[in-house]
Amino acid sequence: MFAFIVRRITQALFVMLIISMIGFAIKNKIGDPVRDLVGERVTPAEREQLRDKLGLNDPFFTQYSRFLKNALQGDLGHSFFYKKPALSVIVAKAPATIELVLGAAFIIILVSLPLGVYTALRPRSFFSRMVMGFSTLGVSIPVFLTAIMLIYIFGVQLNWLPSYGRGETVDIFGNGWWQSGFLTRDGLLHLILPCFALASIMLPLFIRLIRSEMMEVLETEYIKYAWAKGLNPMRIWLVHAFKNTLLPVVTVFGVQIGIMFAFTILTETVFQWQGMGYMFLEAVERSDISLLIAYLIVVGSVFVIVNTVVDIIYGFINPTVRIAGRT
Amino acid sequence: MSHLLEVEKLEVKFALRSGDLIAINDVSFTLDQGERMGIVGESGAGKSVTGFAIINLISKPGLISGGRIIFNGREISSLPDSEMRKIRGNRISMIFQDPMMTLNPVFTIGTQMLETLYAHRDISRRDAEKIVLEKLRKVHIPSPEKRLSQYPHEFSGGMRQRIIIATSLLTNPAIIIADEPTTALDVTIQAEIMDLLQELCDSEKMGLILITHDLGVVSQVTEKMAVMYAGKIIESGKTSQIVSRPVHPYTMGLIKSLPGVLKPGEKLYQIPGMMPNLTEIPPGCAFNPRCEIKEDICSREEPPLVQKESGVLAACHLKN
Repeated sequence: MFAFIVRRITQALFVMLIISMIGFAIKNKIGDPVRDLVGERVTPAEREQLRDKLGLNDPFFTQYSRFLKNALQGDLGHSFFYKKPALSVIVAKAPATIELVLGAAFIIILVSLPLGVYTALRPRSFFSRMVMGFSTLGVSIPVFLTAIMLIYIFGVQLNWLPSYGRGETVDIFGNGWWQSGFLTRDGLLHLILPCFALASIMLPLFIRLIRSEMMEVLETEYIKYAWAKGLNPMRIWLVHAFKNTLLPVVTVFGVQIGIMFAFTILTETVFQWQGMGYMFLEAVERSDISLLIAYLIVVGSVFVIVNTVVDIIYGFINPTVRIAGRT
Repeated sequence: MSHLLEVEKLEVKFALRSGDLIAINDVSFTLDQGERMGIVGESGAGKSVTGFAIINLISKPGLISGGRIIFNGREISSLPDSEMRKIRGNRISMIFQDPMMTLNPVFTIGTQMLETLYAHRDISRRDAEKIVLEKLRKVHIPSPEKRLSQYPHEFSGGMRQRIIIATSLLTNPAIIIADEPTTALDVTIQAEIMDLLQELCDSEKMGLILITHDLGVVSQVTEKMAVMYAGKIIESGKTSQIVSRPVHPYTMGLIKSLPGVLKPGEKLYQIPGMMPNLTEIPPGCAFNPRCEIKEDICSREEPPLVQKESGVLAACHLKN
C-alpha cells in the first residue's frame, strides 16, 4: 500500500510540473509585466533596459525555473488589480467555492446513489423510466440555463429561496478567512440554489453511470452465486453488488469533482457568488494575467490532489489494486 | 420409498419478444440420498438450465412453465422466493463452472463463507468460524486460519473451486448441484476436484447432480446418468450400462468421440452436424438430421422415452 501511495504521489507531482509549465508558457507569451509596471511615457529603450533588469530576456528555461522556485515558495505572481499576491487573492476566495462544490457533491451523492441503484434494480418501472427521461433532459440543459430557471422559479416566482450572494456567514477560524455558510440557516438557504445548479450537470451523469455499472454487476457470476447461496436480496444488492458498482464510480467522481471546480465559473457568475470562479471571470475582464495563471495552477493542483486522494481511496476498497502496489 | 428429489415433466420456457422458447421439455428424473447422477449433453442442450431450475434460479426471461420438483416430499418449484431461499444454499447447494468468476472479488473469502452460514443459521461468529475452518480443512486447504482474511485473487483456480465446494458444504446440504465444476480448470486439478467431490459425497451422504459435457468424468463419478439433447432427456439409466452399451445413436456418438483408444495422429470421431437451435428443432426425433442410422419414421414421429432391453430408458424408434 505504501509503495502504491508513493507512486501515485510521484505521478501527481509530475502532472503538477506540467501544469506549471503550461501556466508559465501562457504567462510568458501573453502577459507583459513591463506594460503593467510603467506608464505611456517610457521609451522603448528604457523598457528594454527594464526587461533586462527583470530577467525577461533570459532564456525560457531560466525564467521557468525562477517561476517554479517562486511558485514552490507560494509566490504565484502579483495581481495588478488587487495589488496583492495572486495566491492570497485566490485563497481568500477559495472557501466560498469549496463550500459550493462540497454542497453540490453532497447533493450528487445523496441523490444519485439511491436513484442509480433503484433504476438498476427496477429498470422497467414507471418511476425508473421517469428518472431516466429527466436525466437525459438534465444532461442536455447547460448549467447557466438551469441556474436561471432555478432562480426564476424558486427565487422570483415562488420566492422560497434567496437567489444571490452567500447570506449570513460565520467566521470559522476567527481570522476572517473562512466565512462559512454551512452553519447558519440563512447561509444554508443561500447554498441550496447554487448547489443544485452546479450539481445539475453531474447528477444525471452519475445516475446513469451508477445504473449501468450496477446492471452490469447484477449480471455477473458472483451475484448469481450469491443468489444460489440463499442470501437475502438486500444483502446481495446493497453489499455484494453495490461495492463492486462503487469501484468505477469513485474514480469518475474524483475527476468530476475537479471538473466541478471549473464549472463554478458559470454558477458563481449567475448567483453572484463571491468565489474563485467569479473572481476568474473578473480577472479575465481586467486582463489580470498573473491572477489568471495563479487560478489555473491552483485549480490544476486541486484537480490533481483530488484525483490522487481518490486513487488512494480506490486502492483501499479494491483489494486487487493494493496487490499491484505491493509488487 | 419416496425419493429425495423428484423432477417430474419439468418444462422451462424463455418468454422472448419473438415468442416463447422451450428450453427444457418433459424432463423427469429422481435422485436418492447419497446418490450421484450425471447430466450430460452439448452446450445449449439444457443441462445447466435444468440445474438452475431445481433451485428456481433461472435468469429472466426464463421461468418454470410446467412440471413439478419435489424435494423431501415437498413441491418446491412454486414456492415463493422467501421460502425458496431457505432451501437454496442450505439444503441444495450449487457449484458453478468458473471459480474465477464465482467469488466476489472485493470481499474476503471469510466474509463470503460466513455470510452463507448467517443466512441459514442463527449462529455466533465464533461458532460460524469454527464450521468454516472445519469445512476448509475438509477440502484440504492448508492453514485455513490464515486464508480467511484473503481475497479471491490471492488464490489459484483450483483453490477457489475448493473454497466454493467448502462453502457449499457449510450447511450440510442434502444435494449438491455441480455445474461443470472442472471445465475452467486444468486437467490435473480437474481430477483432484472430482476426487474431492466424490469423497465428500460418500462421507457426508450427499446427493450429487453433476452437470457436464465430459462423459469420462461422468462414468468415473456417477451411478446413474441422463443424456440431454435439445432440451430433452434422450437416454437415462445406470451409468455403467449406458457407457458400455449405449442405445441412442447420439449417446453412441458421444462415446465414440472420446479420445480413448486412438493412436496419436488418428482423427477423433465427430458426430456430423450441430445440435439444432432451440427455435428450429426438426420435426420427429430432434437428432434425426445427424443420425447415421435413421429411418423414415424418425423425421415424422417423435420417439417417446421408453425402457429398452438393457434396462435403460431411451428415446429412439430403432429396436436396438
